[in-house]
Amino acid sequence: MKSAVLVFPGSNCDRDLAVAIEAVTGRAPAMVWHRESELPEGTGLIAIPGGFSYGDYLRSGAMAARSPIMRAVADAAGKGVPVLGVCNGFQVLTEAGLLPGALMRNAGLHFVCRPVGLKVENSQSIFTSSYSAGEEISIPVAHHDGNYQADTETLDRLEGEGRVAFRYTGEVNGSARNIAGIINPQGNVLGMMPHPERALEPAHGNTDGRRLFEGLLEAVA
Amino acid sequence: MKARIFVTLKPGVLDPQGKAIHHALDGLGFRGVEDVRAGKLIELDLADGTSDADIEEMCRKLLANTVIENFRIEKLAAALRQGSGQA
Repeated sequence: MKSAVLVFPGSNCDRDLAVAIEAVTGRAPAMVWHRESELPEGTGLIAIPGGFSYGDYLRSGAMAARSPIMRAVADAAGKGVPVLGVCNGFQVLTEAGLLPGALMRNAGLHFVCRPVGLKVENSQSIFTSSYSAGEEISIPVAHHDGNYQADTETLDRLEGEGRVAFRYTGEVNGSARNIAGIINPQGNVLGMMPHPERALEPAHGNTDGRRLFEGLLEAVA
Repeated sequence: MKARIFVTLKPGVLDPQGKAIHHALDGLGFRGVEDVRAGKLIELDLADGTSDADIEEMCRKLLANTVIENFRIEKLAAALRQGSGQA
């Protein structure tokens, strides 16, 4: 499968994400700079990495969401190409309007950097098919702005449509209803604050994140 | 022409930065501060003739995230543009 990892000035998990994708798909993704206006022909997976794109100026993800490559990402997402946004990538997806809600400063004000427990709420999506519904996994978070907020109507819709992919098993950052990751209505865009690429090898402590990539590969291959 | 854009969190949206500032004011011994909300001020230097609709679109498309933030546009009069030091 041909994949692409976006790179913004200030991205710092782009190479980790590329390593994870290559480890699972056997093919190195194209690294696509934010000033590009097109994705490589035939891109079958787009990954938006963590980091501090544009120094988090204005709002986390705000500048990246308006960069030229994001128009191509929105087009591809509209055609059903899977898009995975991790951490800053999730912030970029909400700022771009590809996912609802917003990620605000952590309620406890601190940068949170540790493995967290996650409950897999939906195991039917292309991103979560390797997990069982209700399963608890552990994946690291590392963020300052991971406090997911949306209005009650949006939250109810996300829950009602099974679009909450992952939920924290305990308090992490003040997120509404402990939401850690959500999916778009078409099911091909996932944004999540935890870093699955940091739980890839036994040396990382666990391999719960690797399963996300494996499931995704199986679902879209 | 100059415009000032005030971006503030919507009422009811938790403002951790405001809370931290509040806490620091308490720590400095200031009493009677009941709440603090932090926002942003963005100053735009605009070509004459920039329409109100354009400024509003700038706010909606980039300057504010209307999911969580409100914005208020204040166009500055010519006198202030000269730098009277008053706002």
